[in-house]
Amino acid sequence: MKRFIGFIKKEFYHIFRDRRSLFILFGMPIAQIMLFGFAITNEINNIDIAVLDHSKDATTEEIIHKISASKYFSINQFINKESDIESVFKKGKVKAVLNFEKDFSKNLIKNHKANLQIITDATDPNTANTISNYVNAILIQYQKELNKNISIPYQIVPQTRMVYNPELKSVYMFVPGVMTIILMLVSAMMTSISITKEKELGTMEILLVSPIKPIQVIVGKVFPYIFLSVINAVVIVLLSIFIFKMPVQGSLFLLGLESILFIISALALGILISTISATQQTAMMISLMGLMLPVILLSGFIFPISSMPLPLQVISNIIPAKWFIIIIKGIMLKGVGLQYIWKETFILLGMTIFFIALSVKKYKIRLE
Amino acid sequence: MSIIISNISKSYKKVNALKNISFDVKSGELFGLIGPDGAGKTTLFRILTTLLIANEGSAKVADFDVVSEYKSIRKSVGYMPGKFSLYQDLTVEENLEFFATIFGTTIDENYDLIKDIYVQIEPFKNRRAGKLSGGMKQKLALCCALIHKPKVLFLDEPTTGVDPVSRKEFWEMLKRLQQKGITILVSTPYMDEAALCDRIALIQDGEILEIDTPQAIVKHYPKQIYNVKANKMYQLINALNDYKYNHSVYPFGEFVHYTDSRMDFNSKDLEVYLESKNLSSIEIEETKPTIEDTFMELAK
Repeated sequence: MKRFIGFIKKEFYHIFRDRRSLFILFGMPIAQIMLFGFAITNEINNIDIAVLDHSKDATTEEIIHKISASKYFSINQFINKESDIESVFKKGKVKAVLNFEKDFSKNLIKNHKANLQIITDATDPNTANTISNYVNAILIQYQKELNKNISIPYQIVPQTRMVYNPELKSVYMFVPGVMTIILMLVSAMMTSISITKEKELGTMEILLVSPIKPIQVIVGKVFPYIFLSVINAVVIVLLSIFIFKMPVQGSLFLLGLESILFIISALALGILISTISATQQTAMMISLMGLMLPVILLSGFIFPISSMPLPLQVISNIIPAKWFIIIIKGIMLKGVGLQYIWKETFILLGMTIFFIALSVKKYKIRLE
Repeated sequence: MSIIISNISKSYKKVNALKNISFDVKSGELFGLIGPDGAGKTTLFRILTTLLIANEGSAKVADFDVVSEYKSIRKSVGYMPGKFSLYQDLTVEENLEFFATIFGTTIDENYDLIKDIYVQIEPFKNRRAGKLSGGMKQKLALCCALIHKPKVLFLDEPTTGVDPVSRKEFWEMLKRLQQKGITILVSTPYMDEAALCDRIALIQDGEILEIDTPQAIVKHYPKQIYNVKANKMYQLINALNDYKYNHSVYPFGEFVHYTDSRMDFNSKDLEVYLESKNLSSIEIEETKPTIEDTFMELAK
């Protein structure tokens, strides 16, 4: 036991004396949460649009007014001819152009039909889609006002309600994802680097020729990072609660336990990586490419798993992050208890045990 | 016997690092493994310290088998690898304390063993190990290898890259440790250090050339060696190499060590030959062979 404590003490010396890594360790989570929370967002606000109004009558003016009054759009400029449409898009000043046909008001009254063309810049498909939906919504609203006194014989009125994230804030989606990435990165990369560092510097040779047991080395390496990762998890949750006003609906205690379980599985993966890589650089590359990319792409963090091709859906099942994201989304957003996420927890637990067993087995008691 | 090596062979993918090596090291002996880089010294050390498994043969260290009883060996030997292998970001004292702890002992318990060495680095005990000079690093590494009072000490090229004064001090320390009953197996590429060992094994290309005391090894040298000197060193070596009766020609400091293939060698003949090659201030005198000469002769 004394041996073990001595080893952990040494590990903390390493961590606290490597200022740069320490800065990354604690700076990264904060920077990432801020980035994802503020800068990277799916919501649209104050999108610049241009208007090409061929008729310039009372109706078009009213529609333009309604659109510019909404917080989603601001009218950037008015253009006069069709040929200008392409040039404003090319300049990149606006994301959409509204093209009112000639005699808009007249047509509406005489033919009961008038045309408004919505042209969007689809270099960013999501935004383009959202813009056209929002403009449509405003137009439907306006139509309803026009038809106030006329009753339509058959009418289906959809009543949409968005649950768990009624304001559709993207930070609700990013926090669980970022937390997963950070915990994975810190835990797996840092441990794999710290073990391969011993190999690279030759200190592993001395450790091997000593009475210290493999399990003591592994647990001794892992222990400080459990501690640091838990601090990171707490920082992320506090940031999301106090800065982004994201509620944690479920039990914080359960969230903590699940996080620790995920941290341990990531640490075990880190040890596994260190057993197959000889240098710190290889360990880092494997952690980044082998863990980060799947976590970002296949965990359901950004891209929904259900819309992936079948082979990728199958692969996503072996990624621990997928299960952890389901778990923390459940706890944080839906407020569910263990009875709803026991299956995911169980899978994560199984993976963790498997990784630990494999890494203890693969830990080399000699040099080759 | 402290170390028994019998018929050890080890090969990596392409090279045969060790070819059927056998020798013994007696208890309390200071045994030197002398050979150039790539001779297989480090491989042998790693087999004896249980870090590698030999392809063939067996070995015992402190009465434990290196394969089946590796755990016992790891408790009772001290190992100092060729590359400086301590924690660079830990201070001198922290390093020593760490190694004491993992061997289940304390600095105080075995302080008498390392005292002579530790007092020299104690003024720097709060300095990070990475910031020490080469000689200091070796002293610290030796302290760390000794802190658990090992029965056998393995030192793999401990003086490579260390200045001559520190090297001398280092060997004096080894002599003192030997008096405390510790068996020491040390490897070095420096032939001059070989003379300080009780016995040495000359090793090259994975094969043992000869094992004996340094004095006996020198005595086995078959020929009379001459120190040859002239005004121009480079031309002298060329001239000697071209001389049809030469047996061996090796530059050795300010002299060239020369042996002749004839039984009735006369230094006058050589002098005349060298003068004919436009060399002047020629000196030729008899000298005693060194371990380096023996090594070169055996490795021929």
